[in-house]
Amino acid sequence: MDTDLSSQDRKDLDKFIKFFALKTVQVIVQARLGEKICTRSSSSPTGSDWFNLAIKDIPEVTHEAKKALAGQLPAVGRSMCVEISLKTSEGDSMELELWCLEMNEKCDKEIKVSYTVYNRLSLLLKSLLAITRVTPAYRLSRKQGHEYVILYRIYFGEVQLSGLGEGFQTVRVGTVGTPVGTITLSCAYRINLAFMSTRAGEDNGAVYPSVEDSQEVCTSSFSTSPPSQCVFTVTKAHFQTPPPVVTDTLKVPMMGLAFSHQLSSSRLSYQPAALGVGSADMGYPVLFAGGLHAAHPHQLIGPGKEGGVPPVPSQPAHGTQADQERMCTPLDGVHYSAATPSSSEDTETVSNSSEGKCGSPHDLLETIFVRKVGAFVNKPINQVTMANLDIPFAMFAPKNVELEDNDPMVNPPDSPETESPLQGSLHSEGSSGSSTGNTHDDFVMIDFKPAFSKDDILPMDLGTFYREFQNPPQLSSLSIDIGAQSMAEDLDSLPEKLAVHEKNVKEFDAFVETLQ
Amino acid sequence: MVHFPPPRRQMVGPGRTRCCGPPGAAPAMNCRAEVLEVSVEGRQVEEAMLAVLHTVLLHRSTGKFHYKKEGTYSIGTVGTQDVDCDFIDFAYVRVSSEELDRALRKAVGEFKDALRGSGSDGMGQISLEFYQKKKSRWPFSDECIPWELWTIKVNVVNLANEQERQICREKVGEKLCEKIINIVEVMNRHEYLPKMPTQSEVDNVFDTSLKDVQPYLYKISYQITDSLGTSVTTTMRRLIKDTLAL
Repeated sequence: MDTDLSSQDRKDLDKFIKFFALKTVQVIVQARLGEKICTRSSSSPTGSDWFNLAIKDIPEVTHEAKKALAGQLPAVGRSMCVEISLKTSEGDSMELELWCLEMNEKCDKEIKVSYTVYNRLSLLLKSLLAITRVTPAYRLSRKQGHEYVILYRIYFGEVQLSGLGEGFQTVRVGTVGTPVGTITLSCAYRINLAFMSTRAGEDNGAVYPSVEDSQEVCTSSFSTSPPSQCVFTVTKAHFQTPPPVVTDTLKVPMMGLAFSHQLSSSRLSYQPAALGVGSADMGYPVLFAGGLHAAHPHQLIGPGKEGGVPPVPSQPAHGTQADQERMCTPLDGVHYSAATPSSSEDTETVSNSSEGKCGSPHDLLETIFVRKVGAFVNKPINQVTMANLDIPFAMFAPKNVELEDNDPMVNPPDSPETESPLQGSLHSEGSSGSSTGNTHDDFVMIDFKPAFSKDDILPMDLGTFYREFQNPPQLSSLSIDIGAQSMAEDLDSLPEKLAVHEKNVKEFDAFVETLQ
Repeated sequence: MVHFPPPRRQMVGPGRTRCCGPPGAAPAMNCRAEVLEVSVEGRQVEEAMLAVLHTVLLHRSTGKFHYKKEGTYSIGTVGTQDVDCDFIDFAYVRVSSEELDRALRKAVGEFKDALRGSGSDGMGQISLEFYQKKKSRWPFSDECIPWELWTIKVNVVNLANEQERQICREKVGEKLCEKIINIVEVMNRHEYLPKMPTQSEVDNVFDTSLKDVQPYLYKISYQITDSLGTSVTTTMRRLIKDTLAL
C-alpha cells in the first residue's frame, strides 16, 4: 500500500525502476550488436552512472525504450519486453529471444528503497550483463554480417511468447523485492533454430508483424539522417583520430542499429547487382563481425576507407554516389573525373567536427552510424573487397598490387588512383600510380590503426607511437659532412699515433702476455 | 548520485574460523557454500577458471567508497568488459580492473601449474572465499569469518585428436554457460551479505587496495588430488597487496 511508503521513497522507487528499465534495454541491445563491450571503472563517482555501473547510453535505444514505456512503469500485467530477432539477407526472419522485465504483486514492505533496493537492482544489472553472454543469440550476434542481422524491438504490455517456436527455454536473471511489488527479469530463448520462411510480405501471423515492427523501430530511429549524408560524414570522420570514448561506445552500438536501418533501405532497393547506400562500407561489417578480431577491421578498413570508397557503377540513389565521391575528395584534393560535387568546404566542416572534437550528439551519431551503413548489401564490390581483405593484416601484405594500393604507407591518400581498393572494377583512373615518392609527411596524416591496438585507453596509442617514431632523425655520426671532417682529421693524426704506439711496444707486449 | 546513509555497525553473523585455517576445513556455520564442477582439457583450465571467478567477482565487487562528513558515502563506478576465450567457445564479462584481473590470473596460473605437476591425475579444486575480518584484542590475531565459499572442482581430461578437441571446445562452452546461470541464480537469492561498513571498518569487509574497484575481502586457495586420491593441500593467501608488492 502506498501509505506505507513515504512519498520520497515512492518517488525514489519510481525513478529507480524507470532507470533500471532503461539500463536493462541498453545492456540487452548492446549485447546483441555484435561487438565486445568495454567500459571503464572510475573510482570517483560521476553522479551520472546509474546503479554504480558504467553502462553507456545509446540515444536511439533510450529513445525507443522511452517511446515504448510512454511514461509508464512496469507493473502487474504491464511488462517491458525486448525482442531480439534475426533477419537474413533473403528476408527470412526468426525471433530468437524475449527479455521480460515484469512486476508481480508480492511486496516486501520492510525493504529500504534508497539502499537495499538500489544495490539489488545494481546486482541484477550485473547478472544481466553476465546472462546476455550465455544465451545462444549472443554467439549469433557476434557473427552477424552480410548474411544476417540481429534486430531488436521494444514493447510494453503483455508478454508474447508465440514467436519463439516450440520448446523455448527460459532463464531467470533475477528478482528484486520492493514495497510495491517484485521486479523479475527473465529471458525466454528459442531452441529450435530451423528457419521458417517468413519473408516480408507473406502473411505469416505473429512473425510478420513483429518483423515489420522491428523495421519500424529501427528505421524510425534513424530518420534523422538520410543515408547519403551519413555515408559522407562518417567516412570523412573516420580519417580523423577518433577519441577513444566514441570509438568504444557509439561505434559498436550503431552497428546493429545501422544494420537494421540498412536492411530496411536495402529491402526497398534490393537488387543483386545494384549498389545501395553506403556500399563503400560493405566490407566493414563482414570483417567486423565475421570472426576477425576487432583490431583487424580497424586496420583493414583504414586503408580501404582512406583509399576512398570506390564509387559504384550504378546507384539507386544519386545522393549516395555523389557522397561517396565527395568522400574521396578531401583525401586527395583532386576531383575525380566523374561528377564530384564541390563539397570540399562541407568535408572540411565535417572533418573538423570529428567525434568528440566538436559536434552535437547528432553529428556524432551520424558520424559513427554511417560507417556501418553498408553492412549488408550483397554486392560484387563486397565480394571483391572481401577477396582483397580476406587475409589478416592485408594492409601489410607485400607485393600485392591491389593491397598496395590500399596501403597508406605505400600510397598516401593524395593519389586519387590509389584510393580505390577495387580499382580494376570501378571508376579507376589508371591504377598503379603508386606515389612512393610521397614522403612521410602525408603518411603521418593518415589515421593508421595498427593491429591489436586499442585506442580507447591510452592517450598515446600504438598508431601514434608508430607514426612518431617512424622517422627518427639521422644519427649525427652517420651524416656525411661530419664523417668527412673527422676522417680527414684522423688521417692527419695517424703518423703521430703510430709513433706513440711504437714507443710503447714493450708495454703492449707485457699486457698481451698477462692475458694469455 | 545516490548518497547512502551512515551504515550501522555490523553484526557478526556467521560462525568463526581462524584466518589461516586449513582450506579443507568445513565452512563455518552460516557460510554459504557453492560447488561447481567442470571437466576440461588442460589448455582450457585457465580460461574456465577465470570465467567463473570473474563472474563471481563481478557480482561481489562495488565501486570505491568515498566517505563524506556525517558518515554518508558515495560509490564509484564499476566498468565491465567482454572477454573472449581462445580455447573454449565462450565469452564472459569481467570487471574492468587490470589489478583484479592480474591477481586472478596469478592464482589461476599457479593452480594450473600445480594441476600439471607430478602426483596429480588431473583433479583438483580451486576455492574463492569471501570473508570478513573481526578485530580481536591483543594478543589474539584478527579473525577471518567466511560468509561465502565458491569451490570449483576441476577434472582435466586428455584428448586424442583434433576432432575431440573441437567437440570439447563446444561442450565446455555450453557447460560454462550453465555455470554462469547457476552463479547468477545464487547471487540473486539475496542471502546474507555483510552490512555496509562505517569508514573505520571498511577494511574489515572490503578489499580497498585496488584503485578502481572494491571487491569484498576474498582469498583464493586450491587443492590438488594426487593419484592416490589423497589431498595435497596447498594454501595460498591471495592478498592483492602481496601480489602488487612483487
